[in-house]
Amino acid sequence: MSSFKVQYTVDGEDFSIAGDASRKLKKVLQNLGVAPQIIRKATVAMYEGEINMVIHADGGVIDVEITPEKIHIFLRDKGPGIPNVSLAMTEGYSTASDNVRELGFGAGMGLPNMQKYTDYMNITTEVGVGTTIEMIVNTAV
Amino acid sequence: MENIIHSVTLNKDKCKGCTNCIKTCPTQAIRVRNKKAKIIKELCIDCGECIRVCPYHAKKAITDSFDILDNFRYKIALPAPAFYGQFDKATSINSILHALVKAGFDDVFEVAYAAQIVTRKTRELIESGKLNEPIINSACPAVVKLITTKYPNLIDNIIPLISPMNLASKMARIIAKEKSGFKSDEIGVFFITPCAAKATCTKIPHGLAQSCIDGVFSFKDMYLKVLPYLKDNSEDNNLSYADFKGVCWANSGGEVASLDIDNYISVDGIHNVIQVFDEIENDKLGDVKYIEALACVGGCVGGPLAVENNFVAQTRIKRMAKTAEGRTPDFVPEVDVMWEVPVAMRKQRNLDDDMLVAMQKLSKIDEIYDTLPQLDCGSCGAPNCRALAEDIVKGYARESDCIVKFKERIAQMANEMLEVQSEDF
Repeated sequence: MSSFKVQYTVDGEDFSIAGDASRKLKKVLQNLGVAPQIIRKATVAMYEGEINMVIHADGGVIDVEITPEKIHIFLRDKGPGIPNVSLAMTEGYSTASDNVRELGFGAGMGLPNMQKYTDYMNITTEVGVGTTIEMIVNTAV
Repeated sequence: MENIIHSVTLNKDKCKGCTNCIKTCPTQAIRVRNKKAKIIKELCIDCGECIRVCPYHAKKAITDSFDILDNFRYKIALPAPAFYGQFDKATSINSILHALVKAGFDDVFEVAYAAQIVTRKTRELIESGKLNEPIINSACPAVVKLITTKYPNLIDNIIPLISPMNLASKMARIIAKEKSGFKSDEIGVFFITPCAAKATCTKIPHGLAQSCIDGVFSFKDMYLKVLPYLKDNSEDNNLSYADFKGVCWANSGGEVASLDIDNYISVDGIHNVIQVFDEIENDKLGDVKYIEALACVGGCVGGPLAVENNFVAQTRIKRMAKTAEGRTPDFVPEVDVMWEVPVAMRKQRNLDDDMLVAMQKLSKIDEIYDTLPQLDCGSCGAPNCRALAEDIVKGYARESDCIVKFKERIAQMANEMLEVQSEDF
């Protein structure tokens, strides 16, 4: 065994359970002995991804592959896609509805934070089809 | 190597092996093995939730016996501010302090007075802008231990100030030397504690190289000693120096109230504290400068070793705080309030130091977990099915510890016997 794979399904209907997958990932990484500061980077990035999936895409699937060198995360959804990725990457830019903002989400920090906390991020998106975000966090401190 | 001493301990004779404590422990530090609860020392943070919840009073906090007072020639009591809220007969803080002295001490020093100094220093540090925000208070030892055990990323957010209790012990000893002429080792400094966490902290303090406290007595034990002396309230000399702000430290929100900032959080109850810390770790807390986090609901006044009802005591503290005069003692020794030594992360319990081996074990845990009933009933002695799966892989438990699986197995065996029987006849 040279890597550990785990899959999480993100329910699109319920805000209150968004964050469940990143909480579970945190426990997995702790069990594997990953350094606390690396765990924080990976779980914050994934938490943002989860929230995005719930707000914009009615849920999705997260695949995580962990090796001794890196944490590789794929967030896949069948949501509306992102028409303008560079605009979406701007801090403070958000297309979230007022309802969502009232709940304290949709501050336009999701994608920028994911970028900030990961060592590599790549967004593949098609309007009307969905979005896949690949993120890598290196485990070396 | 971590020096593990805990005030929270188990009285085996009283323990029935029920599941109350394992289900409520915030760090999942308790298992029932061979019908008795067992505390995993590396995980226990001395919060005392198990003491509160145990219906058989099998969990207790170890404090000192009053006999140790005999080892010292000059004895000083350090009452936590919450102590003032324990007596319905007390007419003033001064009457409690006098009763305390009569109960077997030569002098008292109010921890509430030290708390004022900690508040002053906290304000200075906040204004300096040099601390990591959100700044987390350091006064509750259970919260500090929660951070070093479960939230090591937040260690650098803890304000590096010694607790009012430890500051009080240092100041009291210096004052006693001046006043009495006794040598340092002839002077005994004793803390009156509302909780197990602070009792442990008197033996192994965080932020200090070594403790300056010689002994610790619980509110419960001290209450009975003090009570008979409370009636006489005709003393003319005033022993109370603390002001409103210092006394209010007893209640949740009391510390932050005197910081003059408005973007703070005051959170009490260890499970609520955990929720707030999760928010910080997920970078979701927003613009918060200071967090007053206290393990007990209501603050120290809600400590597991308190006598009076938490909510009654809170109101009484507020009323008494209003009468606190805030006088300046004749002699205020200069004592450094900053940590002497940093607090360290406690060793993390990973599955294996070799990550590839840890991965194999984790897969095995997942496999076992899938076969468990996932009812999280706790009957096996672990707080939930996931914890049992982990314990099995770590070699601390067996699958047959699961009562549901055990029943299934019996049913299966019974069926097999019936089959054998029908074959024979």
